[in-house]
Amino acid sequence: MEWLLIGALLMAFATLGSARLGSCIRAVALQGACLSLAPLCTVGALADPHRLFLATASFLIKTVAIPALLFKSLRQAKIQQAVAPTISLHLSLLGGGGLLVGAFLAAGNFSLPTDPYPPLIVPVALAIIAVGFFLLIARTKAITQVIGFLVLENGVFLFGITLLGEFPLTVELGVFLDLLVGVFVMGIMIHHINRTFDHVDTKALTALKDSE
Amino acid sequence: MASDPVGIAIHCAILLVLPPFFLGLIAKTKAFVAGRKGAPLLQPYFDLGKLVRKGMVYSDVASWIVRIAPVIILVAIVSAGLFLPLFGKAPIHFEGDIILFAYLLAVGRFWTLLAAWDVGSSFEGMGASREATFGALSELAFFLSLIVLVLTSHSTSLTEVFYWKLTHFGWQPVFLLLFVTLFLTLLAENSRMPVDDPTTHLELTMIHEVMILDYSGVDLGCILYGAGVKLFLFMALAVSLLWPPAAVWSGSAVALFFCKMCGMAVLIGIVESVTARVRLVKVPQLLIANFVIALFALLVAVSGRGI
Repeated sequence: MEWLLIGALLMAFATLGSARLGSCIRAVALQGACLSLAPLCTVGALADPHRLFLATASFLIKTVAIPALLFKSLRQAKIQQAVAPTISLHLSLLGGGGLLVGAFLAAGNFSLPTDPYPPLIVPVALAIIAVGFFLLIARTKAITQVIGFLVLENGVFLFGITLLGEFPLTVELGVFLDLLVGVFVMGIMIHHINRTFDHVDTKALTALKDSE
Repeated sequence: MASDPVGIAIHCAILLVLPPFFLGLIAKTKAFVAGRKGAPLLQPYFDLGKLVRKGMVYSDVASWIVRIAPVIILVAIVSAGLFLPLFGKAPIHFEGDIILFAYLLAVGRFWTLLAAWDVGSSFEGMGASREATFGALSELAFFLSLIVLVLTSHSTSLTEVFYWKLTHFGWQPVFLLLFVTLFLTLLAENSRMPVDDPTTHLELTMIHEVMILDYSGVDLGCILYGAGVKLFLFMALAVSLLWPPAAVWSGSAVALFFCKMCGMAVLIGIVESVTARVRLVKVPQLLIANFVIALFALLVAVSGRGI
């Protein structure tokens, strides 16, 4: 169980440190796999339909569907593989280390009941969310923003699954709906930015103004 | 101080005799993966024997530093080996020797750098500045992982840190993370493949090899042997994390230790065979990633203890 959490966090760092979009997407897919296996590794998971459903559905979405979608848009929009960071990869990794420390410090303030998951889940979820935000800020391409959003979403998912016992349906719906909506919106956005401007650099969006 | 003279004798014998063998085993593994036959397993011993019989040549501009550096490096590294427990207790152990262990290795690095600057070759100066840069980053991760060991075992002596069959452990996540960072530190500190290519023949891309270009004869033998011992120490340290050393020495414990180290050497050989060397500008990134993993291990260890 703790292995999966650690794997998920290491994958978040892999997305921070990798210089190519392809390996970013693969890291996010692997992170999704770690997270979706997590509910299965708790006691009595195989007898609980909610947890079984959550695990299979999140595996299908996080590890199969979304990465496939991203790879497809990578091919169709002919996006270059380099990630184009605004903060260099060295500094990103160091910043990620700082966020990690912050997350572990902040986790002491949350007294959440994490049963049946180990208490490590709270700081790991916080750190993944922070890394997701960091990716959103520190990368310029629209597709890396989708990746940052997915990492963020994975962190929220980790928080969510601790509540699965009390509010199973809410968690499941919450997890899948906004994920799908997010990716579709982003997919459409990438497509449109690409068709209008011939590239997917979101820095160009700041130059947009109302016509007078 | 330990009271078992036979144990100490065996520790010293292993420390002094075995290291070149693992260099040969790594080279053999790499040759096997590449589909070649490779040099014999004992080739490093033959090389050392050849170098000892040769005379030495010194650069005209070099001072006494170059002459004494090989001996200092060798002595520093070998005496660091006296603090690392291979079976039960290390020959010398006291509270805080974990710091001395790290600094003895640093003394070895310091004299390598000093001698490289001393000979007045621009290539060696370049290699030394690289070594200094990368060393600063990899030592950061190394010290962090030592801190994790201290925290988890409540002791600052390497002997007690690895006396952990009594305390707890096994396959906890912290130790796997630690193993990963120590393995990466091992590759970086001993100039193995993803960081530096020990077999490269182009001075511009070398790190460690370029600093020892001016040594010859016995001096070169000292340096090569010292590098072998350093690799041996890091391998023993990393392997002890996954598989704690036996509490007392015995024939089977020695054999087991030998098997573990062989496994480690084969692992290094395979990793070196399947990875390409990263570009020099990317090396700091690798080392920073290593540092972050060590930091993660530290945080997991600290949060696990509820501090």
